[in-house]
Amino acid sequence: MKDLKTPKQLKKEGWKGLNLQKEPFETRSLTNSAFTACAWALALLAAIPLFSIVAMLLKNGGSRLISAEFLSVLSDLPPAGFEAGGGIGPAIVGTLVMVGIASAIAIPLGILTAVSIKMLDSGSILARAAHFIAKVLTGFPSILAGVFVYAILVVHFGYSAVAGGVGLAVLMLPTVIIATEEALGQVPKRMTDAAFGMGCTRTQVMWKITLPTALPSIMTGVMLAVAGAAGESAPLLFTALFSNYYLSSLSEPTASLSVLIFNFSGMPFENQIELAWTASLVLVIIVLILNIIARAIGRKKF
Amino acid sequence: MKKTLFDHKIGKGITRPPANLELYGDAGFRAFSIVCAWSIIFLILFILWMIGEQALPAMERYGLHFLTGTTWDVNKENFSVLPEIWGTIYSSMLALLGGGVLGITVAIFLTENFIHDRLAYLFRLMIELLAAIPSVVYGLWGIYVLIPLLRPVAHTLHEYFSWIPFFETELSGPGMAPAALVLAIMILPTVAAISVDAFRQIPAKVKEATYGMGTTRAEAIFKVLIPTASSGLLAALVLGFGRALGETMALAMLIGNSNQISLSWFSPANTLASLMASSFPEAGKVEAQALMYAALVLLLITFLVNLGGLFIQQATMRKFEGIK
Repeated sequence: MKDLKTPKQLKKEGWKGLNLQKEPFETRSLTNSAFTACAWALALLAAIPLFSIVAMLLKNGGSRLISAEFLSVLSDLPPAGFEAGGGIGPAIVGTLVMVGIASAIAIPLGILTAVSIKMLDSGSILARAAHFIAKVLTGFPSILAGVFVYAILVVHFGYSAVAGGVGLAVLMLPTVIIATEEALGQVPKRMTDAAFGMGCTRTQVMWKITLPTALPSIMTGVMLAVAGAAGESAPLLFTALFSNYYLSSLSEPTASLSVLIFNFSGMPFENQIELAWTASLVLVIIVLILNIIARAIGRKKF
Repeated sequence: MKKTLFDHKIGKGITRPPANLELYGDAGFRAFSIVCAWSIIFLILFILWMIGEQALPAMERYGLHFLTGTTWDVNKENFSVLPEIWGTIYSSMLALLGGGVLGITVAIFLTENFIHDRLAYLFRLMIELLAAIPSVVYGLWGIYVLIPLLRPVAHTLHEYFSWIPFFETELSGPGMAPAALVLAIMILPTVAAISVDAFRQIPAKVKEATYGMGTTRAEAIFKVLIPTASSGLLAALVLGFGRALGETMALAMLIGNSNQISLSWFSPANTLASLMASSFPEAGKVEAQALMYAALVLLLITFLVNLGGLFIQQATMRKFEGIK
């Protein structure tokens, strides 16, 4: 330790002391600024498509929707080849009906399954496997849900609104399960502990404390799942197909906004393409409203 | 008479032990929950089995040649999907290249004090809205906005760099480039969301120690934060890749549905999902069986990728649970 010099000795030798300040034109400062600029640029780049899509939707789809005849656009039948005018009425009704069917199946089933998984011991193999499979299913390609429902329903009963609804339900189910599980997990432990301390059984704690407390968060997840289902089209191609008319029974091919957009986007007729844009705008508005509702409900956090 | 601790009428007190009925109810519900948990496992097996059953005739007929051949001939009933498998994986890789870089950058941007918390929240909302826009709307936007925008760029690239295999053909309309770009935008929110979680999982003390050493932000991010979050980021990329593999409608509208294998970004191609979407509604019996076989192939690919991603994610979570 003898060769270690004290600060006094160092100063005598002309040492100015350590400079801890960052120099603005050091290489590492410059790298840092360059990196900051890059991050800003890339982040803004990521936001451009959203603005572009919204702008195009308003520009191409808005003109029909914000006009005197918007009621007929929203209610008329889709036009044939060279016809002018026409509307997207059957598609709107079809989308709403099929999303309704899907919700009626997937929401109760999903919430119940999530409650069940949470009722099991969280470490048990069964609970972990069920949770894991629900997670895997969220990454399930939507078109395969259509193929699956085609194999179990359409092969026997033909294309129908019910089959479309079941197809969407298969897609909604994992989303609802995961959202509900997360919501249930957010309930403060002291609340359930208090209930257990009062001598409640697990079932009572689950139904009377955990579930009601988590309900707003669950509704958020459910709404997002419904919004997702409203925008799906791939499974509908296999299950509900398409129809030019209003649906009169649940067991016939049914129109939907997303399939209408798909069909009309490739057509050579100006009128159809414009309707595809209008349908897109309506679809995005529906999805956005559901998203906004979801966020409004879910604001309250613990 | 002396009162004992347990001497009260059931149902009268404020607190009481559960009645027998409630205990039975609890046991019943526990049993029900086991059934429910099994049912979701059953659902996935059922899906596999149903699609497998439909695909069985095609599997018997085409065997493994289905995976290696390059024809899709409806008239001769000769079906194979190598070009589609190639297109699926190639388009997803390209999308991952764009969407991955953008998604991770957005995640860094949102978590590392680039902007005020409120602005970051707004920005996050915007990215989440990107995920809410339906696939067909992306397709429509791709056809009428992206392709016209790309065409002059592609033309220039082809003119000057046609010796690079990526640019060896002209972009005539739909093709790999617009499809992969839209796909990149579509997986960006997924990658960003999972990466944000990965960065948030880094214990605060790691960050404090890093900045305490006097690093700049860039150094902290590249030398400490990204390596620490690397397994989470990897999970984000793998899961994003899984999403890209299964995307259907936007690709069916943008990729051009052409049965060929090409490295070129500007030539039309096809993917398994878009092959199904575009051929299924008009398919005859034999073609439908072949499409079911293709569905099975897609199912297995996406399953493996998603399983991999989830395993990495779970392993990461366990790792950080130890540190916190």
